[in-house]
Amino acid sequence: MAEVKKKIATREAYGQFLVEYGSAREDLIVMSADLSGSNKTDGFEKAYPERFIEVGISEQDMLAEAAGIAHMGHVVAASSFAMFAAGRGYEVIRNSIAHTKANVKVCATHGGISVGEDGASHQTFEDIALMRVIPDMIVVNPADALSTKILLKQIFDAEGSAYVRLGRSGVPILYGEDEALEIGKANTIREGTDAAVIATGLMVSEALEAAEILSSEGISVKVVDMHTIKPLDEEAIVASVKECGAVVTAEEHSIIGGLGGAVSETLARNYPCKVAMVGQNDTFGESGKPADLMKKYGMTANDIVAAVKSLI
Amino acid sequence: MKTVKELEGIARKVRINALRGIHAAQSGHPGGSFSVTDILVTLYFNVMNVDPSTPDKKGRDRLVLSKGHACPALYATLAEKGYFPPEELLTFRKIESRLQGHPNMELCPGVDMSTGSLGQGFSAAVGMAIASKIDGDSGYVYAILGDGELQEGIIWEAAMSAAKHKLDNLIAIVDWNNLQIDGVVDDVKKVAPIDKKFEAFGWKSIMCDGHDIQGILNALAEAREIQNYPVVIVAKTHKGQGVSFMKDAAGWHGKAPNDEQFEMALKELGGEI
Repeated sequence: MAEVKKKIATREAYGQFLVEYGSAREDLIVMSADLSGSNKTDGFEKAYPERFIEVGISEQDMLAEAAGIAHMGHVVAASSFAMFAAGRGYEVIRNSIAHTKANVKVCATHGGISVGEDGASHQTFEDIALMRVIPDMIVVNPADALSTKILLKQIFDAEGSAYVRLGRSGVPILYGEDEALEIGKANTIREGTDAAVIATGLMVSEALEAAEILSSEGISVKVVDMHTIKPLDEEAIVASVKECGAVVTAEEHSIIGGLGGAVSETLARNYPCKVAMVGQNDTFGESGKPADLMKKYGMTANDIVAAVKSLI
Repeated sequence: MKTVKELEGIARKVRINALRGIHAAQSGHPGGSFSVTDILVTLYFNVMNVDPSTPDKKGRDRLVLSKGHACPALYATLAEKGYFPPEELLTFRKIESRLQGHPNMELCPGVDMSTGSLGQGFSAAVGMAIASKIDGDSGYVYAILGDGELQEGIIWEAAMSAAKHKLDNLIAIVDWNNLQIDGVVDDVKKVAPIDKKFEAFGWKSIMCDGHDIQGILNALAEAREIQNYPVVIVAKTHKGQGVSFMKDAAGWHGKAPNDEQFEMALKELGGEI
């Protein structure tokens, strides 16, 4: 594990990935709906203007067009804010992309409450739930900039439809460049024996911080980076509970239908036990600084610490 | 190339076979299938560069039936063209069939895009035409839209995209039958003037009679001559065209004929039970 200090937003890593990957893949088309600067697709636009399509403020059109372009033999990256890609675009992604097995990767930035000042209309806690109920959809939520690049490469190398959730705010670097991460395989980022925290996205670094705090109190916590929400690594979930006896989920998403929901479904079927969930508690967000919002809405290391203690 | 008379004969056969499928399923959309039949037959038999023996051929023309519910006419046309045996039309809307209630490109040979959710097919067709331009592919993309479908917002998003990219390889055809499920399009939510709306969105437009095959051929030939602009052909049609009691009746949008109605319709279309 790299020393935790530098913070980079996962959307930055996405932008860099596109430029690097675009040189090898001439069939890559990148689409924007008037957010190329925010989505970080502007680097690709500069490098490969002939393969960059600016659709304007029309996310549904971008997504259905992406399906059409993909069916002509291209791989397409289509980006917007998570709220508008997965929210407004849900039915287009379902019918024109996923159902037709279009080779479209919906790479959505600004997921969750860390969007900050833009407030409730721009903070989605529902996107992972919406995307994971779609059959065959790959749903990925990377924890840091380096794992974003590693996972994106695998997602773009494979055929098919995928949803990648990326963040606006900088997150600590947790991984090295040659980390052996694999789509569909949970990664144990810290070993522990008293409780397992299964986290996704920027909550992985919060979980690591929580593990540090708990360690100082003599509680040993295992931290699992569940970067892939679908297909879900059910084996790793069951093994974590068997090993540690208690499980806490942590996500920057509604506890309904997201990682908490997915983990609970798995455990209900395979190894019934109590699960504590850290995430957005069935409420809308508001404007504010990301750190203040994470605190107010209960998505910090301290909230994870409390959740672990509630179970052991 | 077929003569107009031959195409009219094929269109009659397509209507008969489409109705056989709908009758067998006791489910489906005869009204909009019959309004679009002459357009589909003209495209597949005299205009489009497609070959059922190599359905995935690169550079071929493509057709997106954005008003996917009219697929009985598309399926019957594809079967007549040789993509699959006409007997398969009797499996329409039945379990395990390749002929789904709305077109599925994964299952049905010759279907270039899965549609059914109105508006999306048109936008996907715009994407195909953009990709075709990027790739230097010579194929045309034909998108067939319902007039009621124009009430979907994505249509106008896609229309602006097509104009921006100067998609002269995209030809949209609006099946203007002026009926939708809840009644007359002009009453439910007026879309007219269709030609002027598309022109305002940066398109060229051509009007034609959607049941006059020579008129459709002329309109398509004219559309292909136009450069730097996407073209919409607004084809005036009648819902249920070919069967007197279905013609211009909103009630026949999504209803299958019973045995007696089926017999009457076949008689009018010149088919046998």
